[in-house]
Amino acid sequence: MINYILRRIAYALPILIGINIITFVLFFVVNTPDDMARMQLGQKRVTQEAIDKWKRERGYDMPVLWNSQAKGMKKITDSIFFQNSIKLFVFDFGQSDNGRDISNDISQRMWPSLAITVPALILGLIAYITFALTLAFFRASYIDVWGVVICVIMMSISGMFYIIGGQFIIGKLFNLVPISGYDSGVNAIKFVTLPVIVGLIGGIGSSTRWYRTIFLEEMGKDFVRTARAKGLSEKVVLYRHVLRNGLIPILTGVVVVLPMLFIGSLVTESFFAVPGLGSYTIDAINSQDFAIVRSMVYLGSVLYIIGLILTDISYTIADPRIRLE
Amino acid sequence: MNRFALYWILSTLILFTGCNISPWNNPYPDSQSKDNIYYDSFEERPKHLDPVSSYSGNEYVFLGQIYEPVLQYHFLKRPYELIPLTATAVPQAEYYDNAGNMLDADTPPESVHRVVYRITIKSGILYQPHPAFARDKRGKYRYHHLSKDDLEKIHALSDFSETGTRELTAEDYVYQIKRLAHPGVHSPIAGLMSKYIHGLQELSEELTNKHKNEIDKNNFIDLRNHHLSGVRILDRYTFEITLKEKYPQFRYWLSMPFFAPMPWEADFFYSQPGMEEKNITLNWYPVGTGPYMLTENNPNRRMVLKRNPNFRGELYPDKGGPEDEVNGLLQDAGQTMPFIDTAIFSLERESIPAWNKFLQGYYDTSGIVSDSFDQAVTFNTKGELELTEQMRNKGIKLTTAVMSSTFYMGFNMRDEVVGGDSERARLLRRAISIVVDYEEYISIFTNGRGVPAQGPIPPGIFGYSEGSDGINPYVYTWRKGRAERRNIREAQELMIAAGYPDGREVQSGQSLILYLDTPATGPDAKAIFDWFRKQFSKLGITLVIRATDYNRFQEKMLKGTEQIFMWGWNADYPDPENFLFLLYGPNAKVGLNGENAANYENEEFDYLFNQMKSMSNGPERQAIVDRMIDIARRDAPWLWGFHPVAFTLHHRWFKNAKPALMLNNTLKYIRIDPETRNKLRTQWNQPVFWPIILLLLILLISIIPAYISYKRREQSSAL
Repeated sequence: MINYILRRIAYALPILIGINIITFVLFFVVNTPDDMARMQLGQKRVTQEAIDKWKRERGYDMPVLWNSQAKGMKKITDSIFFQNSIKLFVFDFGQSDNGRDISNDISQRMWPSLAITVPALILGLIAYITFALTLAFFRASYIDVWGVVICVIMMSISGMFYIIGGQFIIGKLFNLVPISGYDSGVNAIKFVTLPVIVGLIGGIGSSTRWYRTIFLEEMGKDFVRTARAKGLSEKVVLYRHVLRNGLIPILTGVVVVLPMLFIGSLVTESFFAVPGLGSYTIDAINSQDFAIVRSMVYLGSVLYIIGLILTDISYTIADPRIRLE
Repeated sequence: MNRFALYWILSTLILFTGCNISPWNNPYPDSQSKDNIYYDSFEERPKHLDPVSSYSGNEYVFLGQIYEPVLQYHFLKRPYELIPLTATAVPQAEYYDNAGNMLDADTPPESVHRVVYRITIKSGILYQPHPAFARDKRGKYRYHHLSKDDLEKIHALSDFSETGTRELTAEDYVYQIKRLAHPGVHSPIAGLMSKYIHGLQELSEELTNKHKNEIDKNNFIDLRNHHLSGVRILDRYTFEITLKEKYPQFRYWLSMPFFAPMPWEADFFYSQPGMEEKNITLNWYPVGTGPYMLTENNPNRRMVLKRNPNFRGELYPDKGGPEDEVNGLLQDAGQTMPFIDTAIFSLERESIPAWNKFLQGYYDTSGIVSDSFDQAVTFNTKGELELTEQMRNKGIKLTTAVMSSTFYMGFNMRDEVVGGDSERARLLRRAISIVVDYEEYISIFTNGRGVPAQGPIPPGIFGYSEGSDGINPYVYTWRKGRAERRNIREAQELMIAAGYPDGREVQSGQSLILYLDTPATGPDAKAIFDWFRKQFSKLGITLVIRATDYNRFQEKMLKGTEQIFMWGWNADYPDPENFLFLLYGPNAKVGLNGENAANYENEEFDYLFNQMKSMSNGPERQAIVDRMIDIARRDAPWLWGFHPVAFTLHHRWFKNAKPALMLNNTLKYIRIDPETRNKLRTQWNQPVFWPIILLLLILLISIIPAYISYKRREQSSAL
C-alpha cells in the first residue's frame, strides 16, 4: 500500500504543475501586472512610476513565462511564473499583494470554515441517511413517491434562495439566531447554527435521492433476499445488511470531500459574513490578488489529491476484497 | 417537585406568557447590551491602514479616528471650513520672491518663488498606549530589539504586555512628510506632492539609490537622518513646509491622513525582522494621538476602536448653521468629546443581512441600498420623499446630503466622430446632452437620489451657482422658477446643423453608430444600457454597448481607444480646483495618466485654470470659474450627469447625526443612548417559538402514517 501511495504522490506532481500553469495563464490573461498594481495602489492619482515601482518590488516586472532576454536556465527561472510558483511546492505561500502573510491568514481563517463545514457534514450525513433509508423502506409507497417529489423540488431550488430565505425566516421573522456574523470559541455556536441548518436543508434533495438509490440497489441484491428468506424482520434487514453495505459508497464519497472542508464555502461565507477561507478566496479574486488566488488554488488541488488518495485507502478498509497495488 | 420539572415549567411559562427575554438573535454578547458602544458595519476590508498609503473612504473610517493631522473641517459649518486639530491655528501661507522678500497674498503665481507654511502644534498631546513606546527601568525601549524567541509567543499587537506613550512633537509630522518619499510605502500622492514640496523628489531618489536593500527587505530606514529641504523643525512644537509654487489647496491636504504624525519609534518597531510574517505592520496597526485606538484589527470579521485613554479631550462645537440649532445639533455644545467608549465595525459583505440587522437594532446607522429603498422611503402626495410608516414607527430618522461627487458620461475628445474641436462634433455632443434625460435616469436608476448636474462642480463647493444663473444654457432653459430640459426638437435641429439629420450622415446617408465602452455587466447594467440606447435613438443614433472587464476598460481609457464612457469623481477637498482639474489639458488620461478622462483640451480653459487654482475664494475667482464652466458647457466634453445624494438612516438613540461627507473624524461627535437601544432591541427581537413547536408537531404527525404503514407491512403475510 505504501508503494501505491508513493506512486500516487509522484503522479500528483505533474498534475500540480499543470494546475499551476493553467491558473497562472488564466489569471494573467485577464489581469496584467499593471492591472494588479492599479488595483492595489488605488484608482486615484496613480502614476505610471508608482505602478512600475510596485511591479518591481513584487517581481511582476519580469516576463510572465519565458525570459527571452536571459541566458541558459534563467530563461525559465527569471520569469514571474517560476519565481511565484516554485515556493508553493514547499508550501511557502509568501505575502499577498497587499503585504499580508498568506500562511498566517490561512491558519487563522480555516477554523471558521471548519466550524461550518464539519457540523454541516456530520449532521447532514445523519439526516440524509435517515431520510434515504425511510424512503427506501417505504419504496413504491405514497411516502416514497412524495418523498422523491419533494427531493426533486428541493434540488431545483437555488442555494441562494435557502440562504436568503433562512436568514429572513429564522433570523428576522422568528428572531431565533443572528442573521450573520461570527465569533470565536463557544460563542461561534449561535452564528454557525443558521449556516449549518441552511446547508443541511439545501443538501437534502440531492443527497437523499442519491443515498436512496444506493440503498435500493443494495436491497435488490442476493444477500438481502437471503436475509429475508432467513426470516429476518425488515428492520433488521435494513439496518444490519442494507445500511452497512450501502455505507461503503457513501463513506468513500465523504472521504473525498474531507480535506476540502478546510476550503469552506464561497457563497455561504460571503452571505453569513463568516471569515473563512471561502470568503478569503472571493476577496482575493475581486481584488486581483494573484498571490492569494494561486495559493488557494494550489492548496485546493493538494487537498483534493489527498482526498482521492484517502478515498482509495478507505476502500480497502471498507471492503477487504480490495487491495491497493 | 424535582429540578427537571421546575425547569420545564419555568421555560414553558417564558415561552407562552410573552415575558421579555434576552434576544437570541443578538450578534453581540449580552454583557455589552448596556455599554456605551457604537455599532456599524463595513462592506469591504481595508487594504491599507498606513496613513501615508491609504487613500480610500473605507479606510478613512478607521484612520480618521486614530490619526490626527494638523487641521480638520468644522463639524457643523457649511460650506466646509478648515479649523485647527492639533495645530494652534490654521496656517497662513507666506509668499517669497527670488530674493527672499515676502510678498502679498494676491501676488501672481509666476512671481512667487517659494511658499512657506509655518505650523505650531499644541503641547501636551500624547500618543495612544503602544508597545513601540514601552521602556524598561533603565529607560531603554522595551521592544525595539526583538529576537526570534521574543516573537515566538507574539501573534497580535495585544500580545505585547507593556505599553508606553510620549508627547506629540513637530518632528513626527516632519517624519511623516519624509515618508511620502519612501519608495517602499507607495504613497499615492508622492508624485503630486513632489511637484510642490521642495526637495521631496530628490529625497525619493536618494532613498531609492542608497537604500535599495533595506527597501527590498522592508528594513527600517531612519528618515530622521535624511534631509528634506522643504521641511524644517523650528522647535519642539513648530515646523514649516516650503512649497515650490503657490498652491492654496495645500491646506486641505493638511487635513488628510497623509499628513498625520508618525513617531519614528513606531516605524522602527514594526520594521523589525519577523513582525511582517505575523502581519504586525504599520499597515495594519495604526499608532495615533486621536480619540480612538484600534484594539482589534480583524478585517475579516470586525474592527474595534476603543477610547484612547491618553486623548486630551476636545470640545463639541458651539457654533453651527441655523438649522443645526433646530435639529438639536448644538445640545452637546461645549461638552468634552469623544462621547462613545467603543465602536465596533462588523464585516457585512452582503447588503440584505446588513439592512435586516439595522432594522433589528444591531446597527445604529445604515445607508439605503436599492433593494430596500421602497421599504425605507416613499414619495408623499406632494412628490416629496419621506420615511415609510414602518421606519417612522421604529423612530428611525433620515438625513440626506448632496455628495461632493459627480457621475458623468464623457466623450473621448481624441475620437474622430464625437471628439475634437470642430463645430460638427460640438453640436453633436450638445444634441446628445439634451436627449439623455438625466432627470429620468435619476428617477429610474437611483430612486431619485441625485441632482442633475449643470457643470462639473457639485452644490456646496465654491464656484457652484444656484438658480437661473447656474443652469447649463445649452441643455436647460429656466421656466417657472426651475431648470427645464430643452426639448428634442432643439436637439434634432443641432443634429441637422452638425450634418446628421435623423441621425444619418448627409454625405453617405448611413446611420450614425456610436459606441459606449463600459466595464459594467449583469442584469442591472443591461437595464441602464437599454435606457441609454433609447435616449440616443431619439436622435436616430444607434448606440452600441461595448461591455468589457474592468481591466480592459482601464486599458482602453489609458490608450484613448474608447468613444463614450461613464466615469465619476469624488472630491478630495471642497475646492473647485478639485473638479475643474478633471478637464485640464495637461492632466489628460492618454499619455499623461492624469484624471482628465475625456482628454479635453482648451487653451483658454487651461489658461484660466492656472490662474484660478492659486486664487483665494472671492468674486474674482468666481468670475473665472464661471467663465471656465461656460467654456466647458459650450464644448460639452461631458454629459454632465448628476451629483448623487446620500441617504442615511439613524435609529432614535443615535444623536448628532449631521451629514459630513468631507470629514473623516466624525466618530468623536456621535452620542448613543444605550439604555433606549437596549430596551428597543429587546422589544423588537423577542424570539418566536411557535414555529419550532409546529415543526415538531408536523414531524410527529408525519411519522404516524409511516408507523402505521410500517406496522401493516410487518404484519402482512408473504404472498
